[in-house]
Amino acid sequence: MFHIYCPYCEEHREEEEFHPKGQAHIARPADPDACSDAEWGDYLFFRDNPRGIHHELWVHAVGCRKFFNITRHTVTYAILETYRMGEQPTITAESLASGEKAGNVQAASGGQQTVGASDAAVASVKGAQA
Amino acid sequence: MQRYSGFGLVKHALSHHENWQRQWRNPTPKKEYDVIIVGGGGHGLATAYYLAKEHGITNVAVIEKGWLGGGNTARNTTIVRSNYLWDESAALYEHAMKLWEGLSQDINYNVMFSQRGVLNLGHTLQDMRDIQRRVNANRLNGIDSEVLDARGVQELVPIMDCSKNARYPVMGASWQPRAGVARHDAVAWGYARGADSLGVDLLQNTEVTGFKILDGRVVGVHTNRGDIGAKTVGCVTAGNSGVMAKMAGFQLPLESHPLQALVSEPLKPILDTVVMSNHVHGYISQSDKGDLVIGAGIDGYNGYGQRGSYPTVEHTLQAIVEMFPMFSRVRMNRQWGGIVDTCPDACPILSRTPVKGLYFNCGWGTGGFKATPGSGHVFAWSLAKGQMHKLAAPFSIDRFRTGALIDEHGAAGVAH
Repeated sequence: MFHIYCPYCEEHREEEEFHPKGQAHIARPADPDACSDAEWGDYLFFRDNPRGIHHELWVHAVGCRKFFNITRHTVTYAILETYRMGEQPTITAESLASGEKAGNVQAASGGQQTVGASDAAVASVKGAQA
Repeated sequence: MQRYSGFGLVKHALSHHENWQRQWRNPTPKKEYDVIIVGGGGHGLATAYYLAKEHGITNVAVIEKGWLGGGNTARNTTIVRSNYLWDESAALYEHAMKLWEGLSQDINYNVMFSQRGVLNLGHTLQDMRDIQRRVNANRLNGIDSEVLDARGVQELVPIMDCSKNARYPVMGASWQPRAGVARHDAVAWGYARGADSLGVDLLQNTEVTGFKILDGRVVGVHTNRGDIGAKTVGCVTAGNSGVMAKMAGFQLPLESHPLQALVSEPLKPILDTVVMSNHVHGYISQSDKGDLVIGAGIDGYNGYGQRGSYPTVEHTLQAIVEMFPMFSRVRMNRQWGGIVDTCPDACPILSRTPVKGLYFNCGWGTGGFKATPGSGHVFAWSLAKGQMHKLAAPFSIDRFRTGALIDEHGAAGVAH
């Protein structure tokens, strides 16, 4: 069960209020008519699907019904931050890699997986919140 | 290889079963192979077996980062059926079904294939229309399939609530009598033993960390046990296929999701068929040792963690109890998640890739187990001939750019 911070309601709510909607920040081609079939297919179907940091779109379906973004780790499931539409993530795979070297990761409280999360995942979230 | 037989069982009983041969070797990797299969699950092992048996290509390695059949082969709900809507997928899954029917004899390994039939329930008028359409399509493709009304369903499964008082009354079902279940682990082990006896090297605890690519052509793989050369590489890595594709420098139209399943405490025989409901959203069968084997939809978020969220488990069990009120007090024993690589059109990818000599067999999503023999059979043919088998050709990656999708969302056991 995820405990997710909705950046519009500004509260932590349970996972069942939300629906995941896949990869975030996919730009619609500016001129779809000018796209080749390959470009249009890439836009519609091809995804990063990373094992690690993933920026994804969620909707607060039975709450404020607004879309927002989550940065989440796809192996530990730790939620690293949530942010509004139109905003850019402050935590990325690159920033985390360089931050870890400096040993000073500071992540916002985006929420966490409360049940079923591994100890390591909980620890990493707690670490991020500290 | 020692052949398994009833006589062998008696003979080994005389020596207290202490002299059984190991099922496969634990070989040291060679410098180079003709074909490398990445991924030692059911599909990968089947590919290696058919490469050796049908095409005489025995200089083959299966490279597995963990142990054989430890991924989705060990985590699925073991259902086998072929009642798919479109000609392309019906042909592929029916090809698998025909191989299932002779599989135990072929690989001399009891895969406990039990053709106990599969019911796909309908609860609305639209469900019933879709079922009729799918059953008609199945019959045109030579696949056994029938439409049952609620009374017919009740006769087959007396313990199910088919009354009008149910919240979503059962209106009927499609029924495939030749469908059923198989022992999932035995499929991996049987193919592994068969492949090994034909000379295939099964390299466990060996993780592929990259592909060696020279002038756009794959020439081998990097592993944690050193580099291994290969003329052809087949990548059969299910949930991790997106990661493997990235190593090779391209993207796939896949998203990896957790798909959960659970088993109950063992019960006396109570359910002798497989019941799936797309609308109420769950499926159930009873294993030979008595556990109820239960599954439903994926967790909607991307994940590689081999676990999901409890709300999904709760929804799954709500569906089961809706269909079988008598199971409301059955206790669940174990619950787990596997990582499924889902495609936008709910069909697999069997395809060449932008890298010459590198082939992918992935995207089976939530329903790959049933296709294991067919997938391995046509993929082996494709690797051996260097061109895609005619049953595999429609499942090219290119379909996501040409638009020739094969939309099988409707024939999935439950919506995902």
